[in-house]
Amino acid sequence: MHLKYESFVREPLVDGDKDYHQVTEDIIGPIEKKPGRMWYVGFIFSLCLLAFGVFSVTWEVYWGIGVWGINRTIGWGWDITNFVWWIGIGHAGTLISAILLLFRQGWRTGVNRAAEAMTIFAVMCAGQFPIFHMGRVWDGFFVLPYPNSRGPLWPNFNSALLWDVFAISTYFTVSLLFWYSGLIPDFATIRDRAKTKFRKMAYGFASFGWTGSSKNWQRHEMLALVLAGLSTPLVLSVHTIVSFDFATSVIPGWHTTIFPPYFVAGAVFSGFAMVQTLLILTRKILHLEEYITLGHLEAMNKVIVLTGSIVGVAYLTELFMSWYSANQYEAGAFKWRIMGPYWWSYWAMMTCNVVSPQLFWFKKLRRNVVFSFIMSIVVNIGMWFERFVIIVTSLYRDYIPGSWAYYSPTWPEVGFYLGTFGLFFTCYFLFAKYFPVIAVAEIKFVLKTSGDNYKRKMDGIEQKSVEEFAQEQAEHH
Amino acid sequence: MAIKKFAVACYDDEAVLFPAVKKVRHSGYKLHEVYSPFAVHGLDHAVGHKESDLHIAGFIFGLCGTSTAVGFISWILTGDWPINFGGKPHFALPAWIPITFELTVLFAAVGMVMTFCYLNQIMPGVKKHVFHPRQSDDYFVMAIELNDHVKDEEIVKFLKETGAKESFVQIAEDSWWYGRFDKTEPYQQLA
Repeated sequence: MHLKYESFVREPLVDGDKDYHQVTEDIIGPIEKKPGRMWYVGFIFSLCLLAFGVFSVTWEVYWGIGVWGINRTIGWGWDITNFVWWIGIGHAGTLISAILLLFRQGWRTGVNRAAEAMTIFAVMCAGQFPIFHMGRVWDGFFVLPYPNSRGPLWPNFNSALLWDVFAISTYFTVSLLFWYSGLIPDFATIRDRAKTKFRKMAYGFASFGWTGSSKNWQRHEMLALVLAGLSTPLVLSVHTIVSFDFATSVIPGWHTTIFPPYFVAGAVFSGFAMVQTLLILTRKILHLEEYITLGHLEAMNKVIVLTGSIVGVAYLTELFMSWYSANQYEAGAFKWRIMGPYWWSYWAMMTCNVVSPQLFWFKKLRRNVVFSFIMSIVVNIGMWFERFVIIVTSLYRDYIPGSWAYYSPTWPEVGFYLGTFGLFFTCYFLFAKYFPVIAVAEIKFVLKTSGDNYKRKMDGIEQKSVEEFAQEQAEHH
Repeated sequence: MAIKKFAVACYDDEAVLFPAVKKVRHSGYKLHEVYSPFAVHGLDHAVGHKESDLHIAGFIFGLCGTSTAVGFISWILTGDWPINFGGKPHFALPAWIPITFELTVLFAAVGMVMTFCYLNQIMPGVKKHVFHPRQSDDYFVMAIELNDHVKDEEIVKFLKETGAKESFVQIAEDSWWYGRFDKTEPYQQLA
């Protein structure tokens, strides 16, 4: 039944000698202690970044979009680049928790909680950019279809930009629900072992009064499974729809059918890189190396090399099509991308996204923590350049040479971007302090099959012949 | 809401818990619930719960989302305020697929989570009795509802024999109420 045997070929998911109580202790323990120095330094630094971001945005709202470097030729600059970048990063969490749940990938249990949290924070950051890019942000609610005094005048439901509003708000809501439904039992664990009055009250409130009865768990499993089933196409749809923002227009370089799969692969690529960045730091700071093992990091690096290669194929396909389409504007767009004044962004993208992840074909490098950390940052730099290349270098040399232009960001644009880093890390630091960063209940669920010490006990089973083993299993049930 | 007497048995191993659950049910005791720190597969069947129908709620809510989206958009773009986009048909169903899909997922997910909370009777501010604080840590806690005919020592001894690490009798509220987890309830002082 529950004590199923797992082969030695599969690496343990939890290292060290653990029992259920030790798992609780290891993961909940840091929440009950005062945070270390590093936490305070990081948290205050993030708050400062956030404050600078708020200042930059306030400046922009007060003076108008004109304070940004964008112009009539290049109407989308850093803001939309950053929007697509953040929303892409926000894809890994739900991919890990939903798609890997459906594929029964046990290693997701160690990383899904933090990855989902990252997703939610990344989507929060992403949402800021299109909102403030509207210019008159106080009229932002016009995108919502509500009965208004202007007719009622409805938004255009045939527009990819409105699809985006629905896609991102749905994605945020569903990810939040998925994440929180998993957190409820873990909050109950914190509540039941709490010593202080405040903690009992706060986590009692947050745990919704969860007790962990078998009926509740049965429904919880069902909920997780169906939400995973719903989220799987949802994850794929969100970046597909983001790519429609470009692909449904008639700009050379944007108007291609390859965009949806290409964007989704890129999103998974950058999302996993960001998960890698955060988890390598988290496991180090909170001493969770036994739960987020080298095996976990390696699995994520494998996803990175796979999706990086898909992205590489997409880049080459784009180039091929620009020639094969025999469309001079398409060819022109790619010529100016590669060899125009923005050549450096194209080649930065190519190097970071296509060339460098190929190093992960080496097992030694996949299991090297420092290398993985550096690579995760390189990948995200590359993916930022990808969005910059798609947006700016498709726009800057359009049909009429007289309107060709160049674009560089001004400080409020850069400040806005830094501010979203502040928002992201402020949220993540609070999460790491007050929330269980690893799904306690899910680790306990896999502990007896995939825990190191339990696997070692299965030595005897490994020696048995197949017939003997099969017969024993049959009797057991 | 009712305050009742329960016999509580705590196990630290699923392999002991399953035969114990079987034994208790065969002996004719009224098994109230089994609490566990994580989802133990097969425990719901062992306790005697039937399969959850939660997914049906998800499906119905999903259908609501689909029909809301298609109904609302088609009413707006063909009836309430038709706009001519370059002579294209007003009833542009393919262009509505993205929003229809998103609303289907949104309604299904939100509706299902709300149904989940309703069925489980959980909500911020709701309090339920916790039989043993370790039931969310490393204990599998079985609660048996007692009537006046069962002697305390008898049931405690019986539960010990099934392999329980701890077993005792407890007065508890069997349902939920609005309360805070940092407060002790009056019935808890009875025991």
